[in-house]
Amino acid sequence: MTALLEVSDLSRAYEVRRGSWPFGKMATLHAVDGVSFELQAGRTLGLVGESGCGKTTTAKLVLGLVPVTGGEVRIDGESLPAAGTQPWRALRRRMQMVYQDPLGALDRRLSVGRQVMEPLAIHGLGGRLAEHREKAMAMMDAVGLAAHHFDRFPHELSGGQRQRIVLARALILDPQLLVCDEPISALDVSIQAQVVNLLLALQQRLGLAYLFISHDLRMIRQVSHEVAVMYLGRIVEQGDPDRLFAAPAHPYTQALVSAIPTHARQKRRRTVLPGEPPNPVDRPAGCAFHPRCRHAVARCRVETPQLRVLADGRRAACHLVEQIVASAA
Amino acid sequence: MMRYLAGRVLRAILTIFLVITFAFFVLHLSGDPAMMILSVDAPPESIKAFREAWGLDRPVWVQFLAYIGHALQGDLGNSMRDGRPAAQLVFERVPATLAITLPAFALKLLIGIPAGIYAALHRNSWADRLTMMISVAGFTVPSFVLALVLVLVFSVQLGWLPSAGSDRATSAILPIVTLGIAGAAILARFTRSAMLEVLGQPYIRAASAKGLQWRTVVVEHALPNAAIPTTTIVGFMVGTLIAGAVVVESVFAWPGIGRLLVSAVSNRDLAVVQAILLLVAATMVTSNIVVDAIYGWLDPRLRRGGARAR
Amino acid sequence: MAQGTDALVSLRGLTVDFDTGKRIVRALHGIDLEVRRGEALGLVGESGCGKSITWLAALGLLGGRARIGGEVRLGGRNLVSAPVTDLEKVRGRRIAMIFQDPSSSLNPVHRIGRQLGEALRLHRGLQGRAADAEARRLLDRVGIADAGRRLGDFPHELSGGMNQRVMIAMALAGQPDLLVADEPTTALDATIQAQILELLAEIRRDTGMALVLISHDLGVVSENTERVCVMYAGRIVEDAPIDTVFDSPAHPYTRGLLAALPELEGPRRALVPIAGVVPEPSNLPPGCSFAPRCDRRIPACEAATPPAIPLAVDHRVACIRP
Repeated sequence: MTALLEVSDLSRAYEVRRGSWPFGKMATLHAVDGVSFELQAGRTLGLVGESGCGKTTTAKLVLGLVPVTGGEVRIDGESLPAAGTQPWRALRRRMQMVYQDPLGALDRRLSVGRQVMEPLAIHGLGGRLAEHREKAMAMMDAVGLAAHHFDRFPHELSGGQRQRIVLARALILDPQLLVCDEPISALDVSIQAQVVNLLLALQQRLGLAYLFISHDLRMIRQVSHEVAVMYLGRIVEQGDPDRLFAAPAHPYTQALVSAIPTHARQKRRRTVLPGEPPNPVDRPAGCAFHPRCRHAVARCRVETPQLRVLADGRRAACHLVEQIVASAA
Repeated sequence: MMRYLAGRVLRAILTIFLVITFAFFVLHLSGDPAMMILSVDAPPESIKAFREAWGLDRPVWVQFLAYIGHALQGDLGNSMRDGRPAAQLVFERVPATLAITLPAFALKLLIGIPAGIYAALHRNSWADRLTMMISVAGFTVPSFVLALVLVLVFSVQLGWLPSAGSDRATSAILPIVTLGIAGAAILARFTRSAMLEVLGQPYIRAASAKGLQWRTVVVEHALPNAAIPTTTIVGFMVGTLIAGAVVVESVFAWPGIGRLLVSAVSNRDLAVVQAILLLVAATMVTSNIVVDAIYGWLDPRLRRGGARAR
Repeated sequence: MAQGTDALVSLRGLTVDFDTGKRIVRALHGIDLEVRRGEALGLVGESGCGKSITWLAALGLLGGRARIGGEVRLGGRNLVSAPVTDLEKVRGRRIAMIFQDPSSSLNPVHRIGRQLGEALRLHRGLQGRAADAEARRLLDRVGIADAGRRLGDFPHELSGGMNQRVMIAMALAGQPDLLVADEPTTALDATIQAQILELLAEIRRDTGMALVLISHDLGVVSENTERVCVMYAGRIVEDAPIDTVFDSPAHPYTRGLLAALPELEGPRRALVPIAGVVPEPSNLPPGCSFAPRCDRRIPACEAATPPAIPLAVDHRVACIRP
């Protein structure tokens, strides 16, 4: 079966100047470097990692919002057309994006209903206004907004309700894929659960696929069928979320999981990772994680580890992963 | 650093070039100097002779190349009116203009900045509201209206100061005050908003949380940051030292550059207009470079460029 | 709550009203809270619940539009009625504070060394060489390598995590009895958050300094404090030891927060969200502010604000149907 979304060896590099203009040498920043994954219809892939790891760039590449410098994005087996072209626009109907800041994604001067209907007009979908209105009402109902919200303005609603507007607007075109970039990070804890449950219910009902990006490991586990952990532009570990977070294999995932404060793990020893992620321009040679890794050996400094399938089916990019897993068990 | 400066100077020269090019073509295409200077009903032969004498019969772009060629050798041409070198005519007027714009500039700084700071520190107090009311009035009233009001009060009613001219020492007072009030009003408003912006920053609260006295917080932490945006407007004011007094000089019959510009434009005295524009563009561009240098000194974030990615 | 003799700071009936120009809005409705010497206390709640305002009010940092009522007792004095010169002596010296966004909490135009030096001169009277040496020692203490060179850096040249370390060093300069950390790691990445929390714990072990950790994240608070106060709409709704809060939470809001949080391990369960939204401070419902969102609501809940009831010596809850 062809995957809905197939990403192979995706790369995006930027030429940046180190130092102030017109001095400083040009350098290459590998924001995303050889990322591959597949996403089936109706499933969720969680992309997790810290700021600067390339997860948001990956999302933009998938939608064609940023041109790739290497690799390929395939939708239903078809290569993603160049951004701005007619085929791309047609395809964009099937792939929508949800951002972190709903207020920034909405137009303050347009009523909620108008914004929800807007995509229908943008994509030149025929039908009379009354039909659009009816469709918008139905969509708003599906995301838990009331009919009286139709004529309200975004600033009159709460953060959670605004994110529902964004969702309704994205869903009105009947997309198959929703790319969610930190969709709940700006919301309060009690509201986050509302939106997450809504996303899960919509997936059940509409068979949506989600590319779900977050720095919140707990939320990622809650929503994902599969999860990919990124560090400095590459996937370092990928697999079933329950197993991956319960027993992380890659040293970076181990540190990331151990860094999450939870009451259940209160008494457990934590591995505090030394140092900070380097500037992506200065990505270390070999395994990019080696300067912060307590297991690193000479090989890690020269040879970049590729993602390999481990015994339990998950994949990790680490030369020493078998030994590390064995010693942890 | 040298290469950076060289780049800036190069761009400045380009700006000046664009200004005089634009002005040259606009002036040459917008009216005939011969008609202006000789009057409309002059005999056709004298007009033809005038045009030939000043080279106005050549195609515009030939005139332009000739002008640029001479300018590069330091010759800005002669006034069509009295035949004297344009540059000399212009430079003669500089002291008169500076005699009113420099004191006015000092007035702007001395009134505008403290008033703005005071208003910001006492936000919503009656003093703040009063300052802002005066400030709004100060920059919404056109300067010729303000000038006329001042003349009406201090010359006509009270008879304290002369209403126009430059023959007495007190003649400069009204032009200076007129220019100074309008500028101080703008500066006060700008300083206030810059200061309010800074006072709302987290580092101000953090500095207070550290235990610093409010006075220290204001002097050490708020003012240096508020100075950064304020520099922009002050730099702009420096740029208008030469050209900013056109209206006021005309109203008060003050023999400065502004008045020279007005008469040169109405006479289509091309060389003189061009010379003035060149001087104005040069001061503007120079003050811009100076402001940028001051920026770098005030704001360390600009000093070492955007070296950090993300 | 038991009035311990070892109370360092006690807030009694602390209220904050904001004058919005048109009307007066109450943001804090009488906070009773005690911080004991050397203890680590968590303050948890969603945005707008008043957890930050509580401590900004206690230190008089809310500015001219806030009116503060009640008492903040520190060493026998009431800070609420104290003159500002007294408050200035408390800030940084008795009670230090660090904030959510470390990079904008440092002045962008001054070097790190100068900002640290300022605190050292103010609180310890150190100048010149001595101040420089102490600044270096402090940076070293908070885990900043190459301290000597970092003193000459500007805040924008350091990462967020590094800037938070500088803020902590600056707080340590006054050798305070209490550090109030207001969402100190919210703006930081997970692995950096772990480093900063570890550093705070270490410093507390070494100095015996008390810590108030303000956070929206129950997980952060649970690992780093002994006791937690849960706040909702300007009131403390539950105050209990950390294990009690997780094992037998009494207030429906606390229970709701826990049910809404996903876990990192164990079987996945459906999240149970709290219905509705947090009310606006200017438009609170009558009686218990949580009543409209509460599934255990009875008419009496809307009749009067529930008082704090002690359930155990160290556990109190503001609910008539816990």
